[in-house]
Amino acid sequence: MNLTLKIWRQKSKDTKGKMVDYKVTDISEHMSFLEMMDVLNEQLVAKDEEPVAFDHDCREGICGMCSMYINGEAHGPDRGITTCQLHMRMFNDGDTITIEPFRASAFPVIKDLVVDRMPFERIQQAGGFISVNTSGNTQDANAIPISKHAADEAMDAATCIGCGACVATCKNSSAMLFVAAKVSQYALLPQGQVEATDRVLNMVKQMDQEGFGNCTNTGACEIECPKGISLENIARMNREYLKASL
Amino acid sequence: MTKLNSKVPKGSPLADTWTNYKDKINLVNPANKRNIDVIVIGTGLAGGSAAATLAELGYNVKAFAYQDSPRRAHSIAAQGGINAAKNYQGDGDSNYRLFYDTVKGGDYRSREANVHRLAEVSGNIIDQCVAQGVPFARDYGGLLDNRSFGGVLVSRTFYAKGQTGQQLLLGAYSAMNRQIARGKIEMFNRHEMLDVVLVDGKARGIIARNLITGEVSRHSAHAVVVASGGYGNVYFLSTNAMGSNATAAWKIHKKGAYFANPCYTQIHPTCIPRSGDYQSKLTLMSESLRNDGRIWVPANIEDAKAIQAGKLKPTEIAEENRDYYLERRYPAFGNLVPRDVASRAAKERCDAGYGVNATGEAVYLDFASAFVRYGKEQAKIHNLENPSKAEIIKLGQAIIEEKYGNLFQMYEKIIAENPYETPMMIYPATHYTMGGVWVDYNLMTTIPGLYCIGEANFSDHGANRLGASALMQGLADGYFVLPYTIGDYLSDDIRTGRITTDSKEFEQAEKEVKERLDFFINNKGTHSVDYFHKKLGKIMWDKVGMARNEKHLKEAIAEIKEIREDFWKNVKVTGNLNEFNQELEKAGRVADFLELGELFALDALNRNESCGGHFREESVETDGAQKGEALRNDKDYAYVAAWEYKGEPSDAVLHKEELEFKDIELKTRSYK
Amino acid sequence: MSGLFSSSIARKVAMALSALFLVFFLLIHVAVNMLSVFNEELFNTASHFMGTNPLVQFAMQPILMFGVVFHFVMGFVLEIKNKKAQGVKYYKNNGAANSTWMSRNMVYSGAAILFFLILHFKHFWVHEMNVKYINPLPEDPNRYYEELVHVFQSPITVVIYVIGFIFLALHLLHGFQSAFQSMGANNKYTKAIKGFTKAYAIVIPALFAFVALFHHFNH
Repeated sequence: MNLTLKIWRQKSKDTKGKMVDYKVTDISEHMSFLEMMDVLNEQLVAKDEEPVAFDHDCREGICGMCSMYINGEAHGPDRGITTCQLHMRMFNDGDTITIEPFRASAFPVIKDLVVDRMPFERIQQAGGFISVNTSGNTQDANAIPISKHAADEAMDAATCIGCGACVATCKNSSAMLFVAAKVSQYALLPQGQVEATDRVLNMVKQMDQEGFGNCTNTGACEIECPKGISLENIARMNREYLKASL
Repeated sequence: MTKLNSKVPKGSPLADTWTNYKDKINLVNPANKRNIDVIVIGTGLAGGSAAATLAELGYNVKAFAYQDSPRRAHSIAAQGGINAAKNYQGDGDSNYRLFYDTVKGGDYRSREANVHRLAEVSGNIIDQCVAQGVPFARDYGGLLDNRSFGGVLVSRTFYAKGQTGQQLLLGAYSAMNRQIARGKIEMFNRHEMLDVVLVDGKARGIIARNLITGEVSRHSAHAVVVASGGYGNVYFLSTNAMGSNATAAWKIHKKGAYFANPCYTQIHPTCIPRSGDYQSKLTLMSESLRNDGRIWVPANIEDAKAIQAGKLKPTEIAEENRDYYLERRYPAFGNLVPRDVASRAAKERCDAGYGVNATGEAVYLDFASAFVRYGKEQAKIHNLENPSKAEIIKLGQAIIEEKYGNLFQMYEKIIAENPYETPMMIYPATHYTMGGVWVDYNLMTTIPGLYCIGEANFSDHGANRLGASALMQGLADGYFVLPYTIGDYLSDDIRTGRITTDSKEFEQAEKEVKERLDFFINNKGTHSVDYFHKKLGKIMWDKVGMARNEKHLKEAIAEIKEIREDFWKNVKVTGNLNEFNQELEKAGRVADFLELGELFALDALNRNESCGGHFREESVETDGAQKGEALRNDKDYAYVAAWEYKGEPSDAVLHKEELEFKDIELKTRSYK
Repeated sequence: MSGLFSSSIARKVAMALSALFLVFFLLIHVAVNMLSVFNEELFNTASHFMGTNPLVQFAMQPILMFGVVFHFVMGFVLEIKNKKAQGVKYYKNNGAANSTWMSRNMVYSGAAILFFLILHFKHFWVHEMNVKYINPLPEDPNRYYEELVHVFQSPITVVIYVIGFIFLALHLLHGFQSAFQSMGANNKYTKAIKGFTKAYAIVIPALFAFVALFHHFNH
């Protein structure tokens, strides 16, 4: 199929960007979206133009590196996937596709479609861990039974890949789903209880300092999350936070 | 040819070697650790766990990752699980058995003492990870669940759905975060190491490029740890991440670290088949699928042709017209034979024309019988009387979904076929590299003060890695081995003081790095970096792939050299030095692959035996029950081939570390 | 405790609490209104009670006022903060793909309700203050019904009121159930809560509108 791409081009953090039109031809429906971008970049390099910079790495939906806003949605129109798992069969011949970087004040553009997600790192550093030494001198792994239900729920929260789609999608650029996923994972496990109070307070404080917006429960994050992290986690974090504050 | 010193401690029985060694090893006292810097390159499972542990012990750690966060390292993509000899299932597992299985699975080409140590610390890893909050799968009693994996007879694999690597990496990442917050780890995200700096023969620092600004900077330390992963991307198409590269490993090789067994590459049997030339990478699906899936191709060539032409559906082929070739050839292990065996068997069927997708390069992985098996079980549990066939299948599918739901979903997204209704298609793809930088028992390379851990080193898996052992090795190296052994070296360094980056060695290294970067930008050639990478990949796959022979290997060596020369003349890199420039990043990595690929082929040529992931067509059983199977040659090749860099890859000098097997009798690997 | 009212979650909880309070007030309000449809006297009695009972006048009413003002001010402050957090706008944003119109436009439905409230205050509360305190008239416990009917004689007023109630419904459709989520309630009852809040969000404004229309067409 043949497509028109409208892509955000921005040379660096401090320069102004704009949408630029490109044409690509002979795109197979079996291609992944990023493979289509590879085709475009090969074309650009052949013409001595600068290829479009975009983050990507594992290309199997788990590293959380890829981060495009395609046709007005984080990771494009499909559900439960990252951009690298989006396939061209979701589009039709002759379509115009807009491709923008994830937008949020806390995620400044580094170049073209690449954004800086360092705030996520700092939030995790503020408390996204259990303070246990890695010496291995802990108790036996089976010493504390954990109900299958709690373990499964913790696992569901823990599958967050830190891509930032929740922030990009949220009209308020709120990072609540991301933070809630981590808080929930530990809140659901006995190992996480010891530091639960400090963890939720510190992580939320850091989240606020980074300039993310406020959650207004639109639920868009849950829908666009490639891993389907549930809004329940946000409710759980709210509870944890209230518990910790009062 | 010098004899390499593996520094395996002598005098203790194998089972006590590590314990006794740890008791006597030199340590650095806590006050002195504060004055010692360690650089860690790569922050996947091995690098991340090492960085966290070193920082916890008190060293000042500088960690480097090319991605924007340690959490993105490709360890995250490991799906199936992690082995540990916990024997929670009471099925006869033990450290010895894990050790034995690993050595046997590696086709007797690994170092006994290292592997035994790995087995010994495996249980600790699980304790550690649970304490960190890794949500491993549990049974209804609340205890940890296990699954079984290819090549072994016990259930010892711990898992977190199909995202075990992710959860373990996030565990290591959280341990890192704790140390970053404390200021004990200085994290350099989006930085790429471009060379190591040696001062007086010791590794004393690195040159790194900030991938956002393009700035090239010097970093000093008392020791450098390389944990940069494997070199599978030498094939262009592999299950590795797009950015996975061998640059750190190859740069240290060029500075004097020997590179061992590059030809040992694992081709993973259960990947999603290629669909066209534009393909940028291959997607792996956990081998755990083979626990419940049955692999087959049509028994009749006419059926295969009809399927390839799209005229026949797999579900239309009757049971008796299907060839469950793994069950046929290997009745004892069936669909759970080790990866190399499963991969070659798939290639054998596809080469014979029985492949099942349009490219003819795919076989079926069928869950129909598992649906029924689990469904019947569930019907019993739920006390359903006379359930209909559809009900049984539905119940069974729910169990399969619970176990592998994310894999099924991933498959459906890529292929656009529902694997609950029609069998999956799979084909082997390059997945893991057992070869790597040669290290001794302390995980130190042949350069003093330079360590190499995880997939980047060669040590524990021999010629073939068992499923769920990569995560085990990465974490064992990082959490439990390197942090001890590095102290033995650093205890001599407590009086060295801060290392300056203003020396001529740093200056020289930085100059070389900058010259090379300048060259790429100014070359203004005719072809993109990917053009060369794809050409290299095709040669590697066709001639240094699943089955190798002397003629093809010799051709490959000559052809890779040609591509390399062409690359240095005609490569085109757009953009500038001092900016975010992905083409420039790729150029450096591909330049290194173009050298590594040649050494790879040379090593494959040298090793005229079939062992593990390395299969030489000249070395097969000629008769008996094993006819056509790989033939190992212990008399001539029971050694580690460690190559010393001498200017051109093909001029590399071979050093041998003879492998001694005291505790294990060398046997033909038979899974029949 | 000190951290509670400076963080994003605290603001969210405060919004939710004030919202739940206002939602509850609506129920009382509509109950009194409905009396006017069935029984003039009863309506006058209830209105008189509300208008003269000191507890209602000097405890409930200030709290209500504070609740209303707080909810509006906080709502607009959060909106400004959120706009700032968003930074550069998307060239193309397909919000409908992942969220309801109501949830994305709370500030607009809120602003419309504010506009309506101003008018509503002018009609009833300003009048009430005038009659009571500024130009006091002799107390007439039966004046309420007539005043009500009088206001709804103007078709323009009725149209504005009905539009106001539509916005109220839209606001409630997202806001009511959202308050539970903000308070941390997301569990096995969530589905029931969602159903209840949805019904509430439609029924209450519909009743308000019904009262307005009833009096317009009935007199």
